[in-house]
Amino acid sequence: MNLLVCVKHVPDTETAVRINLDDKSIQTQDVNFILNPYDEYAVEAALLLKEANGGEVTAITMGPDAAKKTLRTTLAMGADKAIHIACEHTADSGATAKCLAKAIKENDYDLIFCGKQAMDIDNAQVPVMLAEILGLPNISAINKLEVADGKATAHREFEGGVEVVETSLPAVISCHKGLNDPRYASLKGIMMAKKKPIEDSGCSCSVPDIEVVKMEYPPQRSGGKIVGEGVAAVSELVRLLHEEAKVI
Amino acid sequence: MKALVFVEQRKGEFRKAAIEALCEGRRLSEGGACVAVVIGSNVNGIAGQLGGFGADKVLVADNALLENYSTEGYTAALQKAVAETSPDAVLMAATAMGRDLAPRLGARLDVPVLADVTSLTWSDGLQAVRPVYAGKVLMTVKANKKGAIATTRPKAFLPKESDGRSADVQALEFGLTEVDIKAKVKQVQSEGEDMIELTEADFVVSGGRGMKSEESFKLLDNLAKVLGGAVGASRAAVDAGWRGHSEQVGQTGKVVAPTLYIAAGISGAIQHLAGMTSSKVIVAINKDSEAPIFKIADYGIVGDVNEILPALTEEIRKLK
Repeated sequence: MNLLVCVKHVPDTETAVRINLDDKSIQTQDVNFILNPYDEYAVEAALLLKEANGGEVTAITMGPDAAKKTLRTTLAMGADKAIHIACEHTADSGATAKCLAKAIKENDYDLIFCGKQAMDIDNAQVPVMLAEILGLPNISAINKLEVADGKATAHREFEGGVEVVETSLPAVISCHKGLNDPRYASLKGIMMAKKKPIEDSGCSCSVPDIEVVKMEYPPQRSGGKIVGEGVAAVSELVRLLHEEAKVI
Repeated sequence: MKALVFVEQRKGEFRKAAIEALCEGRRLSEGGACVAVVIGSNVNGIAGQLGGFGADKVLVADNALLENYSTEGYTAALQKAVAETSPDAVLMAATAMGRDLAPRLGARLDVPVLADVTSLTWSDGLQAVRPVYAGKVLMTVKANKKGAIATTRPKAFLPKESDGRSADVQALEFGLTEVDIKAKVKQVQSEGEDMIELTEADFVVSGGRGMKSEESFKLLDNLAKVLGGAVGASRAAVDAGWRGHSEQVGQTGKVVAPTLYIAAGISGAIQHLAGMTSSKVIVAINKDSEAPIFKIADYGIVGDVNEILPALTEEIRKLK
């Protein structure tokens, strides 16, 4: 199977994000960037399919030069090759999806995997937009997957249950937590990754249709009061919730 | 301005979050038209009541092929609704359905999609505030194209009560055959009928590592029952296998904003806070008085969750 995984280079989730003086972007200096956590499930899903059926796994990313580090991570996990589209970050999923689609179009992939969302701008839109532009079906935010007989069957949660969705291939699938347990790169994997090819591809991003007006910090919650210790404090807490906060 | 709002229903029931989106569409379009769209099978009968929430007209795509959600089927219906109304903006709730449907429609119509927004304004274009970087930053974005789409975060917008009015219902006519739907729902596994969805609950009681065992989550189940709320869990509790992924609150889980959030045995890692800091009132119960959760909680009790939770459940039961 010919498999593609779309990944993103994002700030570590523990990072204390600082806004730049332009109020429209965040500081990237001294910030540790990682493979987007949801993309780990996508990489693992592709590797498992390759191991079961043979084939090749290609990882692709859009981002600054530093994003190649994230591609190396996917190669160390077991991807065979990678494509880097040199591009500055944008808050516009539409522009991103168009640019990715252009780079992908010439290749025939059986399945394209993505994380359900990137943990930076949190749009959760590129996988579905990419599917639409490529004219493919999609299944979003899956946590279970079976691929057989030219079909993929996946589970996706909604508020109140689970949908079991079947699609023909090729298709775009975005991955949620619970799908699998992503592997760690082995030392051998890390050594081998250094020799695997990363192809450079140009950016074809259009002018974004979404303009960032400003970024600001959310209002900080200030700590309230410690009502007391142990069971003795419970009745006072309930009184406060009832009479002061009026929520119960 | 003219707003078109897709109002999600499942099994003939409108989602709370969808009503919130409709009320916001009404507010944004004040002076202009607010048109609702309902998609499903056997949904003609429920459409008119959306007039009570401010819809001037309801467009209905009623087709057996639309009984279950499908990206392709529902996109085709919405595309037709957009073609008939040429709205200035399209709204829908940022639910599992809305977050799949909006980008598909956006890419098809080549309009921008403002995802998971917590506030909206209209001034010659759609402008929104969205939490990014797991809520560490609020980003204001503006769509530079007519007909932009926004998905509204559940519980971020206040719904109004129905005023009982009924709206005119008009059928959407468009061609749809089985082959148009390549990704099809084969089966729907529903949770218990009386389950309250985490993201829609007014009360959420969550447990973390400090709960110590799967067993002690029963204490939270009991408390949730008395409150009429839902149970959540921190990543640590989910990774320990005590609760399912669908109950995880935080950066790799769900974002909740209930009236009351009770965090039991949760230390308050930054990734967890991302999922619950928009709650109206936060209560923390933790045996470590230095736990970061106390820095953002409105009320705190220092102590053992296994002793405090049953007492709290009993006190609230007495109150009700």
